[in-house]
Amino acid sequence: MSDLNHSPRVSAAPRLGEGPSPLKRAVAAVPGPLWGLLLVCAVFAWLSPYFLTSRNLINIFSQVSEIGIMAAGAALVIIIGGIDLSVGAVLAVSLMVNAWLYRDFGLPFGLSALAGLGVGAFVGLINGVLSTYGRIQPFVATLATMSACSGIALFITNGAPITGFPEWFTNLSRIRLFGIPLEMILLFAVYLAVAFWLHFRPTGRSLYAIGGNEEVARLSGIRTRRVKVLVYVIAGTLAALAGLILGSRLDSAHPTAGIADLLSVIAVVVIGGASLAGGSGGMLGTFIGLLIIGVLQNGMALLNVSPNLQPVVIGVAIILAVMLDRKSKI
Amino acid sequence: MLDAAPQTSGLICRNLSKAFGPVKVLRNIDLALQPGSVLGLIGENGAGKSTFNNIIAGVLSPTEGQIWLDGTPYRPHSPWDALDRGVALIHQEIRLLPGLSVAENLFLARQPVRGGRVDRAAMVEESAAILASLGVHLDPRRPVRGLSTATQQSIEIAKALLREPRYVIFDEPTASLGESDAELIFEQIDRLRAGGTGIIYVSHRLDEIGRLADSVVCFRDGQKVADWPTAPVPKQDLIDAMVGRAFVFQHHAPKPPSSKVVLSVRGLTRADAFRDISFDLHEGEILGFAGLVGARRTDVVRALAGADRADAGEVRLDGAPVALGSPRAAIDAGIVMVPEDRKGLGLNLDRSASANITLPWEAGLARGGLIRPRDVESLGREQRSRFDIRGRMELPVSAMSGGNQQKVLLAKWLVRDPRVFIVDEPTRGVDVGAKMAIYQIIRDLAASGIAVIVVSSELEEVLGLSHRVLVMSEGRQTGILDRHEATPPRVMALAVGDRTGAEILQPTG
Repeated sequence: MSDLNHSPRVSAAPRLGEGPSPLKRAVAAVPGPLWGLLLVCAVFAWLSPYFLTSRNLINIFSQVSEIGIMAAGAALVIIIGGIDLSVGAVLAVSLMVNAWLYRDFGLPFGLSALAGLGVGAFVGLINGVLSTYGRIQPFVATLATMSACSGIALFITNGAPITGFPEWFTNLSRIRLFGIPLEMILLFAVYLAVAFWLHFRPTGRSLYAIGGNEEVARLSGIRTRRVKVLVYVIAGTLAALAGLILGSRLDSAHPTAGIADLLSVIAVVVIGGASLAGGSGGMLGTFIGLLIIGVLQNGMALLNVSPNLQPVVIGVAIILAVMLDRKSKI
Repeated sequence: MLDAAPQTSGLICRNLSKAFGPVKVLRNIDLALQPGSVLGLIGENGAGKSTFNNIIAGVLSPTEGQIWLDGTPYRPHSPWDALDRGVALIHQEIRLLPGLSVAENLFLARQPVRGGRVDRAAMVEESAAILASLGVHLDPRRPVRGLSTATQQSIEIAKALLREPRYVIFDEPTASLGESDAELIFEQIDRLRAGGTGIIYVSHRLDEIGRLADSVVCFRDGQKVADWPTAPVPKQDLIDAMVGRAFVFQHHAPKPPSSKVVLSVRGLTRADAFRDISFDLHEGEILGFAGLVGARRTDVVRALAGADRADAGEVRLDGAPVALGSPRAAIDAGIVMVPEDRKGLGLNLDRSASANITLPWEAGLARGGLIRPRDVESLGREQRSRFDIRGRMELPVSAMSGGNQQKVLLAKWLVRDPRVFIVDEPTRGVDVGAKMAIYQIIRDLAASGIAVIVVSSELEEVLGLSHRVLVMSEGRQTGILDRHEATPPRVMALAVGDRTGAEILQPTG
């Protein structure tokens, strides 16, 4: 995974006999957020004997898998200089539509799950079309779809949750491959696939060009609006996928599920070193940002820190991460 | 330093040096500027002119050396401090806020206040007065958005003059202006000089130095290499000092083009921009686009490159009609454009030179659907040696000098041989050496059979390079001249259009 964050902006090519010492170069090659992650891990390992057990570490991954999958899409949106506020609401509405089609219309679960993913992709399409062809700022466009999606999620059942997914589906969340939960494998797969796309496929690579300067990208023959719409569709689809994972784990679809995740998702991307101005960021950074949030939440729960105080710590972490990142770039 | 402070008036620098870490960018500069005179400052890009200006204007502080201002030590710690002491820097780029009115821009951050409220009446009145003194007549209450570049540049000057500076540095004020608009700026400088202001005038355009300067100083590699206390200085001497070697600054006739028409444009029109543009472009031909600022030359070539859609007219490439609905369509058809705004439209300064060069070609560069970093780097290296780019291709383009950035921009669009190569202001903000290299690249392209369009505000450039010159005025095509008939007076007569009447249009001889 070490090469995933090889950002196309600058690849440091160290040459023998010039520049700083090998130690300094090795230190500089480590992405800034990783130091933060190592630091919080060290603190919690010291404070809690339970922290470093493999069971707890796997727990951390399981706990952040939905946020993580949403953050992969959100990172893409932020790389192109956009923002997607609708991810949490898309999670809710796609999961509700899925459960509703399955329970009230007797659709086979495979089909209703696909329909749920389709809802995510469709909302992403609306976001993308509004913010490109519709010339509405992405903040406003996705604010509107966030509001609409939350409303639809509540409207379908008048606010009641839906329970009773098929057993094979809820069992998925208990499957372990070599001791690793399925959702963790899915999380890794999403990050690897997105990172691969970002670095080796022409369309994926063009995201950095669009985020860096959209007009330069357009004049260079990149179909910027099409690519941007595609990115919002990916973000919507990944949010719906996160909804599936949540549904499998909780065995229920709740109309307000995921609404509170929006801020965590953006925090993950920002802690991971992306700039909201666009053009920077990557999957390795986002992954590290995800782990920082996950470790903080997990560690504070282990230490019985009041859940009401946890957002305060996360707020502090965001500021520290961004300041550290700026320092490492100078 | 044991030197006593000089008792004379003027801006005097002694032994001024500046280093960024181990890199010395300015070394032991001695310089004296008298009130009521214009000091021309020339030098290639990277010679240290900007560093020097920034020290004088309080943006940077020197590592060594002293400055005296009218006999007192001067060491500004901010641009505001410098302005308070009577020293103003007028930047090359226009930094006005387009949404605010002219008056609000002029009084930005120091609006006159009466009774706790901004005194708009006084602001407008003073603005109108200062603009009128510069020969600019416009309503200070109108927003800046929509004003011509020349007018905006005048507003920048007015903004500096409101502080009544005794010393003003002009950093290439005419870089984005055509020749007649530049004359407006020159008149303003003449007026300032007559009023006793000391002026440092930085420019790449040596004709302007000849027109304005009372004395000339040349920087090279951070040092003062030449100093002419009295102007005018022969142009050849200036060029020799800048490049450090004898240089012949002249254009030779390009190789004649073939008779085969590559690009045929008929009646091309875009509402509110240009109308009825028609010309044929031949294989191996360089067609110049000349005109004043506001002639809409850039809009025409943007339409040809698919950047904007034309409303009417026909474009044929090798005899077949082409639809130029997007930059991608134009690139695929073989029409590429190097835009004039290198930073805003040409390059992504934060990304590596290699990534910039491969950007338009990535879909074709992929093998098995994948772009390999190695392929990107090797294409970058190839273009580096082909265009003699000095700088590391894996570093962000912003680390390179202006001339090298311009070469990266050319290299980006010449990965594949185009059918039609359009270049808009190919040498803006680059030094003489890079300029010559870029001219040679353009000539070589034409000699290899590529059809070239050069848009330029520098008459010498456009006349020297082109086989034929298409002249525009306010969105209309006013004539196409062959190389031998394209004399500066004739081009200028067409460029000012019909408004000034036929008396200028007398052919000379």
